[in-house]
Amino acid sequence: MKSLDELAKIRDEAKSKMGVREGSKDIRIVVGMATCGISAGARPVLKALVEEIKIRSLQDISVSQTGCIGICRYEPIIEVFESGKEKVTYIEMTPEKAKKIVSEHIVNGNVIDDYTIGSVSGKYSSHGTVEDF
Amino acid sequence: MDLYRAHVLVCGGTGCTASNSEAILNTFQKELKKNELDQEVKVIKTGCFGLCEAGPICIVYPEGAFYAGVQVKDISTIVEEHLLKGRIVKDLLYKGAFEKDTIRSLDNVDFYKKQMRIALRNCGVIDPEDINEYIAMDGYQALGKVLAEMTPMEVTKIVQQSGLRGRGGGGFPTGKKWEFASKIKGEQKYVVCNADEGDPGAFMDRSVLEGDPHVVVEAMAIAGYAIGANEGYVYVRAEYPIAVKRLQIAIDQAKEMGLLGDNIFDSGFNFNLSIRLGAGAFVCGEETALLNSIEGKRGMPRPRPPFPANKGLWQKPTLLSNVETFSNIPRIIINGPEWMANIGTEKSKGTKVFALTGKINNTGLVEIPMGTTLREVVYEIGGGIPNGKKFKAVQTGGPSGGCITKDHLDTPIDYDNLIQLSSMMGSGGMVVMDEDNCMVDIAKFFLEFTMDESCGKCPPCRIGTKRMYEILEDITNGKGEMEDIERLEKLAYNIKASALCGLGQTSPNPILSTLRFFRDEYEAHVKDKRCPAGVCQELLTYSVVADLCKKCGICAGKCPAECIDGEKGKTVYTIQKDKCIKCGACLEACPFKAIIKS
Ligand SMILES: Cc1cc2nc3c(=O)[nH]c(=O)nc-3n(C[C@H](O)[C@H](O)[C@H](O)COP(=O)(O)O)c2cc1C
Ligand code: SF4
Ligand code: SF4
Ligand code: SF4
Ligand code: FES
Repeated sequence: MKSLDELAKIRDEAKSKMGVREGSKDIRIVVGMATCGISAGARPVLKALVEEIKIRSLQDISVSQTGCIGICRYEPIIEVFESGKEKVTYIEMTPEKAKKIVSEHIVNGNVIDDYTIGSVSGKYSSHGTVEDF
Repeated sequence: MDLYRAHVLVCGGTGCTASNSEAILNTFQKELKKNELDQEVKVIKTGCFGLCEAGPICIVYPEGAFYAGVQVKDISTIVEEHLLKGRIVKDLLYKGAFEKDTIRSLDNVDFYKKQMRIALRNCGVIDPEDINEYIAMDGYQALGKVLAEMTPMEVTKIVQQSGLRGRGGGGFPTGKKWEFASKIKGEQKYVVCNADEGDPGAFMDRSVLEGDPHVVVEAMAIAGYAIGANEGYVYVRAEYPIAVKRLQIAIDQAKEMGLLGDNIFDSGFNFNLSIRLGAGAFVCGEETALLNSIEGKRGMPRPRPPFPANKGLWQKPTLLSNVETFSNIPRIIINGPEWMANIGTEKSKGTKVFALTGKINNTGLVEIPMGTTLREVVYEIGGGIPNGKKFKAVQTGGPSGGCITKDHLDTPIDYDNLIQLSSMMGSGGMVVMDEDNCMVDIAKFFLEFTMDESCGKCPPCRIGTKRMYEILEDITNGKGEMEDIERLEKLAYNIKASALCGLGQTSPNPILSTLRFFRDEYEAHVKDKRCPAGVCQELLTYSVVADLCKKCGICAGKCPAECIDGEKGKTVYTIQKDKCIKCGACLEACPFKAIIKS
């Protein structure tokens, strides 16, 4: 060890890999992983998300799963929670779409409207009703 | 280290290892592989969480779900439900970690809420066998800062200003020790860490070494820089194999990274560290005996002065401190001395770790700010006394300490208050006692320990502890006389004044303190031949309450001494007192509670 800078570099790298253990994260991605979600292909979606976050070495993001979100026919579903913003629900996910969400939504901050539950809101009266599930 | 979406922390401390956490770790790995989760979920072995009794402990992040009492057969459920489907397995969570459908984070569980973790801050948080994780928690930052920005004198000053006192027993101001050792001229000096931890029941030093070994390595290097030493020894008892192994790994990793060895941080400062194993004699925790033992001599105390700071290891100036004391140092350097000086009471700064055991609901390792009251420890952190029993006393300071009664439950815990109550901080053992504990028996327990551990060098201790023990034995056997109590007291004061080392000098403390607060119990044993708590076997009598006896004869069948007479269905049964060996079998066997002991 030669300098404090060298130490700081090791620290930052190690820290990002331990980030999972810190409680609150700025961005939380939740994948619906009940039986319905898994049979609809939620596992590859989850893997793709983790993979993409790894490749881009993004920090302060947690990926976790939840049980049935309640709208089984739109599975696989992922939800993005960002502190201070409204939750965004994406439906009928595929690994490719999931990767795109990371690059567009998480990195660039643009919600991909086409994938959201809003895109099928014709079948529901409004965004709000779906939220009520 | 790769990025994983979830981390499973499995406790690998001594307590959980004893309750099979190794198998749990392996099963996790197997189950994760089976479910193809091993690339996404990482399993990490940590040090002690402090809740060993609820172990084996696992915690799953990012949710922070705190699983307790986990069995191998539960792992597939946790993997399939929680890690695959995201459904926390509520039934397996620690009892206080779940409320109203939401999991509580660890900090909010009653056991942890009032705690403040400085010495234990990384225990149960990091992988102790991975230096990178320690560095991620700002590890070696303090060493770097000290070497790059401060003079040795400035470092010593910071330790002084922090108000830190020794956590190994005496509570001597740590900064003063650093100052003495740094001022003494000498080419060769040493830093020694006392990890002998001989107090029965105490295990905080073990936990630090098992859960966060690098903190000791870093602190000792800082101390070396401050006093001008380039060699250090950690003296650990050989009964701590996990601690020894992790410490060795830590030393090797630090060497490899250039955080030990030559020219650390390019500063020209060299420091090397090695481990010395102790065979577990209590007296080897005494500093001068410890130094003898490192030198390869018999572990017997030397007269002091000279103190180790003047003539320590191989007669060279030596700074000797306890594990927990050292583990505070890096934080003090990083946060500044005022930070620590603001925690605690006027003369006791920072926190202290206690091993809470005995008649208490939550046993475990707790770290509290100085000034926390005993009541908070017993009733809030400890969750009170089990089975609705009444609190009687807390014993602190182990074989050198004493008992604190309920009248003093609101005393803020610090060095000076405990001494005022004729107890002491000691290394942090805290045994809670309820109405079923006999205080004479407790004193006898500790005396038996010190008698066995006396090294025999000086007569007051070698002979005196045995005499005191014999008197206590007589009293608890119903053979005591009133003069015995006075004799005991006199002996105690004489031994205190004349023994060579701390072991002998403090050995009478458990007697003096119980005599001060529970003299009536001694007198009951002597005068009435009665043990009020019903503990001392010789003073118990078993008898049948005639009105309650249903003449069933069950008791007679259970009595190993065949001393219960009666005719089934016809006569009330009676116990022949002279033949009864007081085993208690009849009392347990009687379905009608007709047998009593008194
Ligand atoms: C009989 C006896 C046993 C002791 N055992 C220990 C021990 O196990 N660990 C410890 O740190 N100090 C123990 N001490 C205290 C040490 O002598 C010494 O004061 C202490 O390690 C200094 O470190 P500190 O200033 O950091 O507390 C013991 C003292 C006596 C008299
Ligand atoms: S007081 Fe006891 S332990 Fe200490 S030197 Fe004397 S005999 Fe040995
Ligand atoms: S077991 Fe109880 S009730 Fe039965 S004979 Fe013995 S004392 Fe009497
Ligand atoms: S205490 Fe034991 S020995 Fe005594 S009467 Fe009961 S069973 Fe028999
Ligand atoms: S050893 Fe696991 S909690 Fe203490």
